[in-house]
Amino acid sequence: MAKALLDVRNLTISFPDSSPVRELSFTANEGETVAIVGESGSGKSLTALSLMRLLPNAARISSGSITFAGTDLVSLPDRDMRHHRGRDIAMVFQEPMTSLNPVMTIGGQISEVLRLHSGFSARQARSRAIEMLDLARIPEPARQYDEYPHRLSGGMRQRVMIAIAAACQPKLLIADEPTTALDVTIQAQILDLLDRLRRELRLSLLLITHDLGVVGQWADRVVVMYAGRKVEEAPADELFARPLHPYTRGLLAASPRLNGDRHYREAALTEIHGSIASASRESGCPFLPRCPIGIPTCRARFPDLLTASAARHVACPVTIVEERSHGAAVGIRA
Amino acid sequence: MTSTDADIARPADPSLSGAAAPEATAGPSWSNLHAPDTNLVADRQTVAASRALRIFLRSPTALAGTSILAFVVLAALLAPVLYPGDPLSMVGRPLLWPGQNRAFPLGTDSLGRDLAAGLFHGARISLLVGVAATVIGLTLGILVGSVAGYNGGWVDDLLVRLIELFQTIPSFVLLVVLVAIAQPSIVTITWAIGLITWPTIARLVRAEFRSLREQEFVMAANGLGYGHARIIFREILPNALPPIIVTASVMVATAILMESALSFLGLGDPNVVSWGSMIGSGRELLRTAWYLTALPGLVIVLAVLSLNLIGDGLNDALNPRFNGER
Repeated sequence: MAKALLDVRNLTISFPDSSPVRELSFTANEGETVAIVGESGSGKSLTALSLMRLLPNAARISSGSITFAGTDLVSLPDRDMRHHRGRDIAMVFQEPMTSLNPVMTIGGQISEVLRLHSGFSARQARSRAIEMLDLARIPEPARQYDEYPHRLSGGMRQRVMIAIAAACQPKLLIADEPTTALDVTIQAQILDLLDRLRRELRLSLLLITHDLGVVGQWADRVVVMYAGRKVEEAPADELFARPLHPYTRGLLAASPRLNGDRHYREAALTEIHGSIASASRESGCPFLPRCPIGIPTCRARFPDLLTASAARHVACPVTIVEERSHGAAVGIRA
Repeated sequence: MTSTDADIARPADPSLSGAAAPEATAGPSWSNLHAPDTNLVADRQTVAASRALRIFLRSPTALAGTSILAFVVLAALLAPVLYPGDPLSMVGRPLLWPGQNRAFPLGTDSLGRDLAAGLFHGARISLLVGVAATVIGLTLGILVGSVAGYNGGWVDDLLVRLIELFQTIPSFVLLVVLVAIAQPSIVTITWAIGLITWPTIARLVRAEFRSLREQEFVMAANGLGYGHARIIFREILPNALPPIIVTASVMVATAILMESALSFLGLGDPNVVSWGSMIGSGRELLRTAWYLTALPGLVIVLAVLSLNLIGDGLNDALNPRFNGER
């Protein structure tokens, strides 16, 4: 079994008056793509920022641990954390249009991170930067080296961002909604690029997204977040085949399918009624107001995360019963 | 755009690629070499710098400013050659009008000092004071402004109070007081001008930093593990430069004016001749010998104007967003 590269345990992120991420635990193994899925406000971007220790000033990690390659990142001094950023953990941000320094050439920006972390000479860094541009499938990399970001399209800029992030061959690449700002046709190319880099550079990929289509195609394992909590975790194929949490079921039911025989003139997509509950709610399951199968115990406190099978966890006392009986049935047949 | 294309289309210099190839094989080897032209063009650096220069030289205002300033600089450099000896010494009959005597093409003042010699030597003093005071003001201003704008919080509050303290005092009065306390000399005048001009730069830099530090690329730079100094000087400062450069060129002009004003009031360095002191000494003869004030005044106007024109040209050239349009 692969060793866990990143091990997040009971992570709680707090603002002075609320806790948008609570008791979040997940792991990412070497060479694995883990997706964190959730709607806006579910705390997935904050989770990504906390892994880099780049939380906004008002927010702090109030409890829990983040272990990366054996080092606890939460208690690490700033100076040592800076040493890890870019070299061991790198991040691709959502907005390629504004994430590049507008007055530095794209090649210069890749060279800079190489010179800082890998100790390359200017000449080595330049060669390697052109290499990275090529690896990111930017046409005519040597010529584009001296191009300024404003001359490139959004997709190209995101490729440059990825090239910068991957330049030092980090162990973990965090991609925070890397395709949200991009054209649909470009999205697949960018995700394909990330996946190829994962294989060629042997890095782990943490994909933050709200797009289930993305998850289904590219992720090995999925963590579903709702209102700052993990409500379900499963291997991607199992999650799509048999979602357990009512929220996940609602999400999947709300996704259009190509072979689903549906047309918008004849049938509307199903929806999850209501809107995301405030993350500051103190007790009870945050999904309860929207849940079709809630039981009274859901109101008292947040349901424990229960283990359905080795790799599957779900925070729902109702569906876990179904799943266990299902598992038992399968077991009897076998 | 077209010129860039031409640059690229030009075949790589064979000697260049020959020189680069062995270096590349000797360098670190990495797993995925795809780009066949990596090492051919790896040496083509600083294209951006030449591009900015091209735009700068193409702008007529920048070109006019540069040529006037070049003339002033040339005058300053040639002063000891063309007019050896002290420009303050009496060399001829007093109050010769320009053109009256071949030996003194611009005439002489009431003490018989050569006006042309004064203007040439005065250029040295004016430029020296202008540039040195601006360097002092820029250094202080950028340091204080960037620290305040980047850090925010109590550091910002403290530094803003300091800036305000300087700004509430009328700057020229402060300058006169500073120079009067210290003995008037070129060094003290330069420092005094630098000390009264830095708050302008500091405020400007602080404002730029406050908006720029919230930009995503600064967050991305943080995510790459860059230290504070690197983020301030490599990421944020270059983005804040256009307004700083424009202000700096105006600051040189202002410093020249301030030095002239001080000299006019008799607070200049008495051992050197400057444009301001020439105006000051010609003041009493304004009605009979107006050329004594008009000629140095004209030179000041030209020098100040040239610096402002250069500031405009630099602003256009250094902002990469303008490159495409011009």
